[in-house]
Amino acid sequence: MKRPSFFGLHAEVSKGLKWFLGLLPFAFIVVFYLIASDIRHKENEYDKLLPTPSQIVSAVDRVAFSEDKRTGEYLLWKDSAASLKRLIIGVVLAAILALLLGLNMAMFDGLNSFFYSFITFISMIPPLAILPILFISFGVDEFAKIFLIFIGIFPVLTRDIYISVKKIPKEQIIKALTLGASQLTVVYRIILPQIFPRLLDAVRLSLGSAWLFLIAAEAIAASEGLGYRIFLVRRYLAMDVILTYVLWITLIGFLLDFTLRMIVKKFYPWYVK
Amino acid sequence: MKNFLHIEDLYKQYGNKVILDNIDLSVKKGEICTLVGPSGCGKSTLLRIILGQELQSRGDISIDGKDVGFASSDRGIVYQRYSLFPHLSVLENVMLGHTLEDGFFERRKNRKKYEKEAMFYLEKVRLGEHAHKYPHELSGGMQQRAAIAQALLKKPKILLMDEPFGALDPDTREDMQLFLLELWEENPMTIFFVTHDLEEALFVGSRLLVLSQYYMDDRGKQAKDRGAKIVGDYLLDANVKSTDFKQSQEFKKLVKKIRSSGFDPENEQHVRDFNLNHPDSYQTLEDYEDSSQ
Repeated sequence: MKRPSFFGLHAEVSKGLKWFLGLLPFAFIVVFYLIASDIRHKENEYDKLLPTPSQIVSAVDRVAFSEDKRTGEYLLWKDSAASLKRLIIGVVLAAILALLLGLNMAMFDGLNSFFYSFITFISMIPPLAILPILFISFGVDEFAKIFLIFIGIFPVLTRDIYISVKKIPKEQIIKALTLGASQLTVVYRIILPQIFPRLLDAVRLSLGSAWLFLIAAEAIAASEGLGYRIFLVRRYLAMDVILTYVLWITLIGFLLDFTLRMIVKKFYPWYVK
Repeated sequence: MKNFLHIEDLYKQYGNKVILDNIDLSVKKGEICTLVGPSGCGKSTLLRIILGQELQSRGDISIDGKDVGFASSDRGIVYQRYSLFPHLSVLENVMLGHTLEDGFFERRKNRKKYEKEAMFYLEKVRLGEHAHKYPHELSGGMQQRAAIAQALLKKPKILLMDEPFGALDPDTREDMQLFLLELWEENPMTIFFVTHDLEEALFVGSRLLVLSQYYMDDRGKQAKDRGAKIVGDYLLDANVKSTDFKQSQEFKKLVKKIRSSGFDPENEQHVRDFNLNHPDSYQTLEDYEDSSQ
Protein backbone atom coordinates (compact mmCIF):
# COMPACT_ATOMS: atom_id res chain seq x y z
CA MET A 1 0.00 0.00 0.00
CA LYS A 2 1.17 3.52 -0.73
CA ARG A 3 0.66 6.70 1.22
CA PRO A 4 -1.34 9.36 -0.67
CA SER A 5 0.89 12.15 -1.91
CA PHE A 6 -1.31 15.07 -0.90
CA PHE A 7 -4.77 14.36 0.54
CA GLY A 8 -5.75 13.08 3.96
CA LEU A 9 -4.32 12.13 7.32
CA HIS A 10 -2.00 9.54 5.86
CA ALA A 11 -0.49 11.78 3.24
CA GLU A 12 3.27 12.10 2.94
CA VAL A 13 4.20 14.97 0.64
CA SER A 14 7.42 14.37 -1.30
CA LYS A 15 10.29 16.78 -0.96
CA GLY A 16 10.00 18.24 -4.42
CA LEU A 17 6.26 18.76 -4.09
CA LYS A 18 6.83 20.39 -0.68
CA TRP A 19 9.11 22.98 -2.24
CA PHE A 20 6.71 23.56 -5.06
CA LEU A 21 3.69 23.97 -2.79
CA GLY A 22 5.67 26.15 -0.42
CA LEU A 23 6.61 28.54 -3.21
CA LEU A 24 3.17 28.58 -4.76
CA PRO A 25 1.59 31.26 -2.51
CA PHE A 26 4.55 33.54 -3.23
CA ALA A 27 4.14 32.98 -6.95
CA PHE A 28 0.43 33.77 -6.65
CA ILE A 29 0.98 37.06 -4.89
CA VAL A 30 3.71 38.14 -7.34
CA VAL A 31 1.58 37.31 -10.35
CA PHE A 32 -1.44 39.00 -8.81
CA TYR A 33 0.63 42.11 -8.11
CA LEU A 34 2.10 42.22 -11.59
CA ILE A 35 -1.32 41.99 -13.22
CA ALA A 36 -2.83 44.65 -10.94
CA SER A 37 0.14 46.93 -11.46
CA ASP A 38 -0.04 46.45 -15.21
CA ILE A 39 -3.76 47.30 -15.33
CA ARG A 40 -3.25 50.48 -13.31
CA HIS A 41 -0.29 51.57 -15.42
CA LYS A 42 -2.29 51.03 -18.60
CA GLU A 43 -4.91 53.43 -17.25
CA ASN A 44 -2.43 55.97 -15.96
CA GLU A 45 1.25 55.73 -16.75
CA TYR A 46 2.14 57.95 -13.74
CA ASP A 47 0.43 55.66 -11.24
CA LYS A 48 2.38 55.56 -7.95
CA LEU A 49 0.30 53.09 -5.97
CA LEU A 50 1.49 49.86 -7.56
CA PRO A 51 4.95 50.53 -9.02
CA THR A 52 6.15 48.26 -11.79
CA PRO A 53 9.10 45.90 -11.22
CA SER A 54 11.40 48.24 -13.12
CA GLN A 55 10.35 51.13 -10.90
CA ILE A 56 11.10 49.06 -7.80
CA VAL A 57 14.48 48.07 -9.18
CA SER A 58 15.30 51.68 -9.79
CA ALA A 59 14.14 52.52 -6.23
CA VAL A 60 16.45 49.84 -4.86
CA ASP A 61 19.26 51.31 -6.92
CA ARG A 62 18.44 54.80 -5.68
CA VAL A 63 18.28 54.00 -1.95
CA ALA A 64 20.88 51.27 -1.72
CA PHE A 65 23.51 51.80 -4.38
CA SER A 66 23.69 55.53 -5.04
CA GLU A 67 24.52 58.46 -2.80
CA ASP A 68 21.65 60.58 -1.63
CA LYS A 69 21.75 63.89 -3.49
CA ARG A 70 21.24 65.93 -0.36
CA THR A 71 23.38 64.15 2.21
CA GLY A 72 25.76 62.06 0.10
CA GLU A 73 24.87 58.92 2.09
CA TYR A 74 23.51 55.54 1.08
CA LEU A 75 20.08 55.76 2.69
CA LEU A 76 19.14 52.08 3.02
CA TRP A 77 22.40 51.13 4.73
CA LYS A 78 22.35 54.16 6.98
CA ASP A 79 18.76 53.45 7.99
CA SER A 80 19.44 49.74 8.49
CA ALA A 81 22.45 50.42 10.70
CA ALA A 82 20.49 52.89 12.84
CA SER A 83 17.50 50.57 13.21
CA LEU A 84 19.48 47.40 13.83
CA LYS A 85 21.53 49.15 16.49
CA ARG A 86 18.37 50.14 18.36
CA LEU A 87 16.75 46.76 17.88
CA ILE A 88 19.75 44.74 18.97
CA ILE A 89 20.58 46.87 22.00
CA GLY A 90 16.96 46.81 23.14
CA VAL A 91 16.50 43.08 22.61
CA VAL A 92 19.84 42.05 24.12
CA LEU A 93 19.31 44.18 27.22
CA ALA A 94 15.79 42.84 27.65
CA ALA A 95 17.00 39.26 27.17
CA ILE A 96 19.83 39.53 29.69
CA LEU A 97 17.69 41.16 32.33
CA ALA A 98 14.75 38.84 31.72
CA LEU A 99 17.02 35.81 32.05
CA LEU A 100 18.47 36.95 35.35
CA LEU A 101 15.19 38.12 36.81
CA GLY A 102 13.04 35.21 35.59
CA LEU A 103 15.62 32.67 36.73
CA ASN A 104 16.06 34.15 40.19
CA MET A 105 12.35 34.70 40.68
CA ALA A 106 11.60 31.10 39.84
CA MET A 107 14.34 29.79 42.14
CA PHE A 108 14.04 32.08 45.15
CA ASP A 109 10.59 32.44 46.64
CA GLY A 110 11.67 35.53 48.57
CA LEU A 111 12.60 37.40 45.39
CA ASN A 112 9.52 36.09 43.68
CA SER A 113 7.23 37.52 46.35
CA PHE A 114 8.86 40.89 45.82
CA PHE A 115 8.77 41.02 42.02
CA TYR A 116 5.94 38.81 40.80
CA SER A 117 2.94 41.12 41.01
CA PHE A 118 5.01 44.06 39.84
CA ILE A 119 6.20 42.28 36.70
CA THR A 120 2.68 41.09 36.02
CA PHE A 121 1.49 44.69 36.35
CA ILE A 122 4.20 46.01 34.01
CA SER A 123 3.40 43.37 31.42
CA MET A 124 -0.21 44.57 31.29
CA ILE A 125 0.74 48.12 30.26
CA PRO A 126 0.43 48.50 26.48
CA PRO A 127 3.94 49.76 25.59
CA LEU A 128 2.74 51.99 22.75
CA ALA A 129 0.45 53.80 25.17
CA ILE A 130 3.42 55.00 27.19
CA LEU A 131 5.43 56.02 24.13
CA PRO A 132 4.45 59.70 24.56
CA ILE A 133 5.57 59.54 28.19
CA LEU A 134 8.92 58.17 27.05
CA PHE A 135 9.41 60.91 24.47
CA ILE A 136 8.37 63.61 26.92
CA SER A 137 10.58 62.41 29.75
CA PHE A 138 13.60 61.05 27.86
CA GLY A 139 13.53 63.26 24.79
CA VAL A 140 13.52 62.05 21.20
CA ASP A 141 17.00 60.54 21.43
CA GLU A 142 18.02 56.92 21.09
CA PHE A 143 17.23 56.15 24.69
CA ALA A 144 13.46 56.48 24.41
CA LYS A 145 13.34 54.20 21.35
CA ILE A 146 15.54 51.55 22.88
CA PHE A 147 13.59 51.76 26.09
CA LEU A 148 10.31 51.19 24.25
CA ILE A 149 11.66 47.98 22.71
CA PHE A 150 13.02 46.96 26.09
CA ILE A 151 9.83 47.59 28.03
CA GLY A 152 7.77 46.02 25.27
CA ILE A 153 9.42 42.60 25.36
CA PHE A 154 11.13 42.40 28.75
CA PRO A 155 8.05 41.36 30.79
CA VAL A 156 7.05 38.66 28.31
CA LEU A 157 10.58 37.25 28.24
CA THR A 158 10.80 37.32 32.03
CA ARG A 159 7.57 35.42 32.41
CA ASP A 160 8.58 32.93 29.75
CA ILE A 161 11.87 32.23 31.54
CA TYR A 162 10.07 32.07 34.87
CA ILE A 163 7.65 29.44 33.59
CA SER A 164 10.41 27.41 31.92
CA VAL A 165 12.50 27.35 35.09
CA LYS A 166 9.46 26.32 37.13
CA LYS A 167 9.02 23.38 34.76
CA ILE A 168 12.44 21.96 35.59
CA PRO A 169 11.83 19.09 38.01
CA LYS A 170 12.60 19.84 41.64
CA GLU A 171 14.57 16.58 41.66
CA GLN A 172 17.33 18.24 39.67
CA ILE A 173 17.86 20.89 42.31
CA ILE A 174 18.01 18.33 45.10
CA LYS A 175 20.29 16.13 43.03
CA ALA A 176 22.72 19.00 42.46
CA LEU A 177 22.74 19.80 46.18
CA THR A 178 23.59 16.17 46.99
CA LEU A 179 26.51 16.44 44.57
CA GLY A 180 27.96 19.26 46.62
CA ALA A 181 26.59 22.30 44.82
CA SER A 182 25.98 25.50 46.77
CA GLN A 183 22.69 27.33 46.30
CA LEU A 184 24.15 29.79 43.80
CA THR A 185 25.93 26.98 41.97
CA VAL A 186 22.59 25.25 41.47
CA VAL A 187 21.06 28.41 40.03
CA TYR A 188 23.92 29.52 37.80
CA ARG A 189 25.63 26.30 36.81
CA ILE A 190 22.80 23.79 36.69
CA ILE A 191 19.64 25.71 35.87
CA LEU A 192 20.94 28.68 33.86
CA PRO A 193 22.70 26.63 31.15
CA GLN A 194 19.56 24.56 30.72
CA ILE A 195 17.37 27.60 30.30
CA PHE A 196 19.61 29.47 27.86
CA PRO A 197 18.37 27.84 24.64
CA ARG A 198 14.83 28.49 25.83
CA LEU A 199 15.78 32.16 26.11
CA LEU A 200 16.99 32.16 22.51
CA ASP A 201 13.69 30.62 21.43
CA ALA A 202 11.73 33.20 23.42
CA VAL A 203 13.77 35.98 21.83
CA ARG A 204 12.95 34.59 18.39
CA LEU A 205 9.27 34.77 19.19
CA SER A 206 9.48 38.30 20.59
CA LEU A 207 11.48 39.72 17.66
CA GLY A 208 8.21 40.43 15.86
CA SER A 209 6.96 42.71 18.63
CA ALA A 210 10.42 44.27 18.94
CA TRP A 211 10.18 45.36 15.30
CA LEU A 212 6.71 46.71 15.88
CA PHE A 213 7.89 48.92 18.76
CA LEU A 214 10.98 50.01 16.85
CA ILE A 215 9.08 51.12 13.79
CA ALA A 216 6.40 52.84 15.85
CA ALA A 217 9.02 54.80 17.77
CA GLU A 218 10.92 55.72 14.61
CA ALA A 219 7.76 56.76 12.83
CA ILE A 220 7.01 59.33 15.49
CA ALA A 221 10.38 60.89 16.18
CA ALA A 222 13.66 60.04 14.46
CA SER A 223 16.06 61.38 11.88
CA GLU A 224 17.11 58.04 10.44
CA GLY A 225 15.99 54.45 10.55
CA LEU A 226 13.90 52.05 8.51
CA GLY A 227 10.63 53.05 10.16
CA TYR A 228 11.48 56.72 9.87
CA ARG A 229 12.13 56.43 6.12
CA ILE A 230 8.92 54.55 5.41
CA PHE A 231 6.83 57.15 7.18
CA LEU A 232 8.80 59.99 5.58
CA VAL A 233 8.38 58.88 1.97
CA ARG A 234 4.75 58.06 2.62
CA ARG A 235 4.17 61.80 2.27
CA TYR A 236 5.25 61.60 -1.39
CA LEU A 237 3.35 58.38 -1.96
CA ALA A 238 6.68 56.73 -2.80
CA MET A 239 5.34 53.19 -2.85
CA ASP A 240 8.43 51.96 -4.67
CA VAL A 241 10.64 52.92 -1.70
CA ILE A 242 8.13 51.70 0.88
CA LEU A 243 7.85 48.29 -0.78
CA THR A 244 11.63 48.04 -0.99
CA TYR A 245 11.96 48.81 2.72
CA VAL A 246 9.21 46.43 3.75
CA LEU A 247 10.80 43.57 1.80
CA TRP A 248 14.19 44.44 3.27
CA ILE A 249 12.84 44.47 6.85
CA THR A 250 11.18 41.12 6.23
CA LEU A 251 14.46 39.71 4.96
CA ILE A 252 16.38 41.01 8.01
CA GLY A 253 13.73 39.55 10.29
CA PHE A 254 13.96 36.20 8.59
CA LEU A 255 17.76 36.19 8.81
CA LEU A 256 17.77 37.07 12.52
CA ASP A 257 15.29 34.30 13.23
CA PHE A 258 17.24 31.84 11.11
CA THR A 259 20.53 32.71 12.81
CA LEU A 260 19.07 32.19 16.29
CA ARG A 261 17.52 28.91 15.21
CA MET A 262 20.84 27.69 13.83
CA ILE A 263 22.66 28.71 17.01
CA VAL A 264 20.24 26.67 19.10
CA LYS A 265 20.52 23.73 16.75
CA LYS A 266 24.32 23.77 16.66
CA PHE A 267 25.15 24.48 20.29
CA TYR A 268 22.26 22.84 22.13
CA PRO A 269 21.73 19.43 20.54
CA TRP A 270 20.17 18.13 23.78
CA TYR A 271 17.55 20.87 23.63
CA VAL A 272 16.46 20.26 20.06
CA LYS A 273 16.34 16.44 20.46
CA MET B 1 23.93 4.38 71.35
CA LYS B 2 22.28 5.59 68.18
CA ASN B 3 22.72 3.54 65.06
CA PHE B 4 24.04 4.95 61.77
CA LEU B 5 20.63 6.05 60.52
CA HIS B 6 18.37 6.83 63.40
CA ILE B 7 14.75 7.93 63.15
CA GLU B 8 12.63 8.48 66.22
CA ASP B 9 8.97 9.44 66.63
CA LEU B 10 8.77 10.82 63.13
CA TYR B 11 5.48 12.31 61.91
CA LYS B 12 4.58 13.86 58.60
CA GLN B 13 1.26 15.44 57.84
CA TYR B 14 -0.10 17.58 55.04
CA GLY B 15 -2.76 19.78 56.57
CA ASN B 16 -4.91 17.43 58.60
CA LYS B 17 -3.88 14.33 56.70
CA VAL B 18 -1.34 12.26 58.54
CA ILE B 19 1.03 10.44 56.18
CA LEU B 20 3.69 9.05 58.46
CA ASP B 21 2.58 8.16 61.97
CA ASN B 22 5.22 7.75 64.66
CA ILE B 23 7.98 6.08 62.63
CA ASP B 24 10.90 4.56 64.52
CA LEU B 25 13.80 3.17 62.58
CA SER B 26 17.39 2.31 63.22
CA VAL B 27 19.69 1.11 60.44
CA LYS B 28 23.28 0.09 60.80
CA LYS B 29 26.09 1.02 58.49
CA GLY B 30 26.55 -1.07 55.35
CA GLU B 31 22.98 -2.28 55.29
CA ILE B 32 21.04 -2.39 52.05
CA CYS B 33 17.68 -1.55 53.41
CA THR B 34 14.63 -1.85 51.17
CA LEU B 35 11.32 -0.21 51.90
CA VAL B 36 8.07 -1.50 50.38
CA GLY B 37 4.45 -0.75 50.94
CA PRO B 38 1.12 -0.28 49.21
CA SER B 39 0.90 2.69 46.85
CA GLY B 40 0.23 5.98 48.57
CA CYS B 41 1.54 4.79 51.94
CA GLY B 42 4.26 7.42 52.08
CA LYS B 43 7.38 5.43 51.14
CA SER B 44 8.74 8.17 48.95
CA THR B 45 7.80 10.78 51.53
CA LEU B 46 9.93 9.00 54.11
CA LEU B 47 12.82 8.84 51.65
CA ARG B 48 12.47 12.51 50.78
CA ILE B 49 12.52 13.44 54.45
CA ILE B 50 15.74 11.49 54.98
CA LEU B 51 17.10 13.18 51.87
CA GLY B 52 16.20 16.65 53.08
CA GLN B 53 13.88 17.37 50.15
CA GLU B 54 10.95 17.59 52.55
CA LEU B 55 10.78 18.42 56.23
CA GLN B 56 9.15 16.24 58.85
CA SER B 57 6.30 17.68 60.90
CA ARG B 58 7.75 16.26 64.11
CA GLY B 59 10.48 13.87 65.16
CA ASP B 60 14.21 13.37 64.79
CA ILE B 61 16.41 11.95 62.09
CA SER B 62 20.14 11.64 62.35
CA ILE B 63 22.81 10.11 60.16
CA ASP B 64 26.10 9.21 61.78
CA GLY B 65 25.03 11.06 64.91
CA LYS B 66 24.24 14.32 63.15
CA ASP B 67 20.76 15.69 62.59
CA VAL B 68 19.99 15.79 58.89
CA GLY B 69 19.22 19.15 57.34
CA PHE B 70 18.38 20.17 53.80
CA ALA B 71 19.83 18.05 51.00
CA SER B 72 23.62 18.00 51.03
CA SER B 73 26.55 15.93 49.86
CA ASP B 74 26.46 13.41 52.74
CA ARG B 75 23.40 11.81 51.10
CA GLY B 76 23.30 10.58 47.52
CA ILE B 77 20.11 10.11 45.54
CA VAL B 78 19.04 8.13 42.50
CA TYR B 79 15.52 8.95 41.38
CA GLN B 80 13.34 6.99 39.01
CA ARG B 81 13.80 9.83 36.51
CA TYR B 82 15.47 13.22 36.29
CA SER B 83 18.67 12.08 37.96
CA LEU B 84 20.87 13.12 35.05
CA PHE B 85 21.18 16.65 33.81
CA PRO B 86 20.06 16.76 30.17
CA HIS B 87 22.48 19.49 29.09
CA LEU B 88 25.64 17.64 30.09
CA SER B 89 27.27 14.57 28.59
CA VAL B 90 27.31 11.40 30.65
CA LEU B 91 30.93 12.00 31.60
CA GLU B 92 30.25 15.58 32.68
CA ASN B 93 27.25 14.39 34.65
CA VAL B 94 29.38 11.92 36.57
CA MET B 95 32.14 14.50 37.13
CA LEU B 96 29.69 16.94 38.69
CA GLY B 97 30.38 15.55 42.14
CA HIS B 98 33.80 17.19 41.88
CA THR B 99 33.29 20.08 39.51
CA LEU B 100 30.30 21.59 41.28
CA GLU B 101 32.44 22.29 44.31
CA ASP B 102 35.27 23.84 42.34
CA GLY B 103 35.66 27.39 41.17
CA PHE B 104 36.11 28.36 37.54
CA PHE B 105 39.90 27.92 37.37
CA GLU B 106 40.16 25.03 39.78
CA ARG B 107 37.88 22.80 37.76
CA ARG B 108 39.77 23.54 34.57
CA LYS B 109 43.06 22.75 36.23
CA ASN B 110 41.79 19.47 37.67
CA ARG B 111 39.81 18.41 34.64
CA LYS B 112 42.08 15.52 33.62
CA LYS B 113 42.11 14.09 37.13
CA TYR B 114 38.32 14.30 37.45
CA GLU B 115 37.79 12.78 34.03
CA LYS B 116 39.95 9.84 34.99
CA GLU B 117 38.03 9.20 38.16
CA ALA B 118 34.67 9.63 36.45
CA MET B 119 35.77 7.17 33.76
CA PHE B 120 36.66 4.68 36.48
CA TYR B 121 33.11 4.80 37.78
CA LEU B 122 31.65 4.73 34.28
CA GLU B 123 33.67 1.60 33.48
CA LYS B 124 32.38 0.11 36.69
CA VAL B 125 28.78 0.62 35.58
CA ARG B 126 29.78 -0.59 32.09
CA LEU B 127 29.20 2.71 30.35
CA GLY B 128 32.78 3.53 29.36
CA GLU B 129 32.06 3.72 25.66
CA HIS B 130 29.03 5.96 26.14
CA ALA B 131 30.82 8.62 28.18
CA HIS B 132 30.48 11.34 25.58
CA LYS B 133 26.81 10.86 24.76
CA TYR B 134 24.00 12.97 26.13
CA PRO B 135 21.58 11.30 28.57
CA HIS B 136 18.72 11.30 26.06
CA GLU B 137 20.82 9.15 23.75
CA LEU B 138 20.98 6.36 26.35
CA SER B 139 18.41 3.67 27.12
CA GLY B 140 16.52 3.75 30.42
CA GLY B 141 18.74 1.16 32.09
CA MET B 142 21.90 2.92 30.95
CA GLN B 143 20.62 6.23 32.28
CA GLN B 144 20.02 4.68 35.68
CA ARG B 145 23.50 3.11 35.69
CA ALA B 146 24.97 6.52 34.88
CA ALA B 147 22.92 8.04 37.70
CA ILE B 148 24.32 5.44 40.09
CA ALA B 149 27.88 6.22 38.96
CA GLN B 150 27.14 9.91 39.39
CA ALA B 151 26.02 9.35 42.97
CA LEU B 152 28.85 6.91 43.80
CA LEU B 153 31.62 9.28 42.80
CA LYS B 154 30.57 11.54 45.63
CA LYS B 155 31.00 8.65 48.12
CA PRO B 156 27.89 9.54 50.10
CA LYS B 157 27.42 8.21 53.63
CA ILE B 158 24.09 6.83 52.52
CA LEU B 159 22.72 6.24 49.04
CA LEU B 160 18.99 6.83 48.70
CA MET B 161 17.17 5.24 45.78
CA ASP B 162 13.57 6.10 44.98
CA GLU B 163 12.06 3.47 42.68
CA PRO B 164 15.32 3.51 40.72
CA PHE B 165 14.33 0.65 38.43
CA GLY B 166 10.60 1.40 38.33
CA ALA B 167 10.56 2.63 34.74
CA LEU B 168 12.58 -0.26 33.28
CA ASP B 169 11.35 -3.34 31.48
CA PRO B 170 11.42 -6.60 33.51
CA ASP B 171 14.64 -8.00 31.99
CA THR B 172 16.61 -4.80 32.36
CA ARG B 173 15.20 -4.48 35.82
CA GLU B 174 16.51 -7.86 36.89
CA ASP B 175 19.91 -7.04 35.39
CA MET B 176 20.01 -3.84 37.37
CA GLN B 177 19.08 -5.61 40.60
CA LEU B 178 21.95 -8.04 40.15
CA PHE B 179 24.22 -5.21 39.17
CA LEU B 180 23.38 -3.24 42.30
CA LEU B 181 24.02 -6.28 44.50
CA GLU B 182 27.41 -6.82 42.87
CA LEU B 183 28.34 -3.21 43.43
CA TRP B 184 27.22 -3.44 47.01
CA GLU B 185 29.16 -6.64 47.63
CA GLU B 186 32.28 -4.98 46.26
CA ASN B 187 31.77 -1.88 48.34
CA PRO B 188 29.29 -2.33 51.18
CA MET B 189 27.76 1.11 51.41
CA THR B 190 24.56 1.97 53.21
CA ILE B 191 21.67 2.00 50.78
CA PHE B 192 18.05 2.96 51.42
CA PHE B 193 16.01 1.58 48.57
CA VAL B 194 12.34 2.41 48.04
CA THR B 195 10.24 0.26 45.72
CA HIS B 196 6.63 -0.75 45.30
CA ASP B 197 7.72 -4.15 44.04
CA LEU B 198 7.84 -6.62 46.92
CA GLU B 199 9.85 -9.21 45.01
CA GLU B 200 12.44 -6.61 44.11
CA ALA B 201 12.66 -5.52 47.74
CA LEU B 202 13.16 -9.09 48.92
CA PHE B 203 15.73 -9.84 46.28
CA VAL B 204 17.85 -6.72 46.64
CA GLY B 205 17.70 -6.06 50.37
CA SER B 206 19.70 -7.24 53.34
CA ARG B 207 16.88 -5.86 55.42
CA LEU B 208 13.27 -5.36 54.42
CA LEU B 209 10.96 -2.75 55.87
CA VAL B 210 7.24 -2.77 55.19
CA LEU B 211 5.46 0.55 55.50
CA SER B 212 1.69 0.38 55.50
CA GLN B 213 -1.41 2.31 56.44
CA TYR B 214 -3.35 -0.92 56.94
CA TYR B 215 -3.04 -1.65 60.66
CA MET B 216 -4.96 -1.33 63.92
CA ASP B 217 -4.18 0.29 67.22
CA ASP B 218 -5.98 1.23 70.43
CA ARG B 219 -7.44 4.33 68.83
CA GLY B 220 -10.03 1.94 67.48
CA LYS B 221 -11.48 1.31 64.08
CA GLN B 222 -13.14 4.67 63.66
CA ALA B 223 -9.85 6.60 63.87
CA LYS B 224 -9.45 7.79 60.30
CA ASP B 225 -6.53 10.17 60.71
CA ARG B 226 -3.95 7.44 61.07
CA GLY B 227 -0.82 7.52 58.91
CA ALA B 228 1.45 4.70 57.83
CA LYS B 229 3.75 2.84 60.18
CA ILE B 230 6.48 0.31 59.74
CA VAL B 231 4.50 -2.89 60.11
CA GLY B 232 7.20 -5.37 59.24
CA ASP B 233 10.97 -5.52 59.58
CA TYR B 234 12.80 -8.58 58.28
CA LEU B 235 16.39 -9.76 58.24
CA LEU B 236 17.24 -11.09 54.79
CA ASP B 237 20.04 -13.05 53.26
CA ALA B 238 22.38 -10.35 52.05
CA ASN B 239 24.50 -12.39 49.66
CA VAL B 240 24.33 -11.99 45.95
CA LYS B 241 21.87 -14.63 44.85
CA SER B 242 21.01 -15.92 41.47
CA THR B 243 17.68 -14.86 40.10
CA ASP B 244 16.53 -18.47 40.56
CA PHE B 245 16.09 -17.49 44.18
CA LYS B 246 12.92 -15.72 43.15
CA GLN B 247 11.44 -19.08 42.07
CA SER B 248 12.18 -20.87 45.35
CA GLN B 249 9.43 -21.97 47.75
CA GLU B 250 10.97 -20.04 50.59
CA PHE B 251 10.88 -16.82 48.59
CA LYS B 252 7.29 -17.33 47.53
CA LYS B 253 6.17 -18.09 51.07
CA LEU B 254 7.74 -14.89 52.34
CA VAL B 255 6.13 -12.86 49.56
CA LYS B 256 2.75 -14.29 50.46
CA LYS B 257 3.18 -13.65 54.15
CA ILE B 258 4.26 -10.03 53.69
CA ARG B 259 1.56 -9.37 51.15
CA SER B 260 -1.16 -10.44 53.54
CA SER B 261 0.27 -8.65 56.57
CA GLY B 262 1.23 -5.40 54.90
CA PHE B 263 -0.69 -4.95 51.68
CA ASP B 264 -4.15 -6.26 52.51
CA PRO B 265 -6.65 -3.60 53.71
CA GLU B 266 -8.87 -6.40 55.10
CA ASN B 267 -6.16 -7.85 57.27
CA GLU B 268 -5.27 -5.23 59.85
CA GLN B 269 -2.70 -6.30 62.43
CA HIS B 270 -2.57 -4.62 65.78
CA VAL B 271 0.52 -2.50 66.49
CA ARG B 272 1.44 -4.96 69.24
CA ASP B 273 1.63 -7.79 66.77
CA PHE B 274 3.84 -6.35 64.06
CA ASN B 275 6.53 -8.64 62.82
CA LEU B 276 9.59 -6.63 63.84
CA ASN B 277 12.09 -9.45 63.97
CA HIS B 278 15.15 -7.64 62.81
CA PRO B 279 17.75 -7.26 65.58
CA ASP B 280 18.01 -3.49 64.98
CA SER B 281 14.26 -2.99 65.03
CA TYR B 282 12.68 -0.88 67.72
CA GLN B 283 9.31 0.72 68.29
CA THR B 284 8.19 3.32 70.80
CA LEU B 285 4.42 3.54 70.98
CA GLU B 286 2.25 6.23 72.50
CA ASP B 287 -0.31 5.23 75.10
CA TYR B 288 -3.19 5.90 72.76
CA GLU B 289 -1.68 3.50 70.26
CA ASP B 290 -1.10 0.68 72.72
CA SER B 291 -2.49 1.06 76.24
CA SER B 292 -1.40 -2.39 77.39
CA GLN B 293 2.29 -1.55 77.72
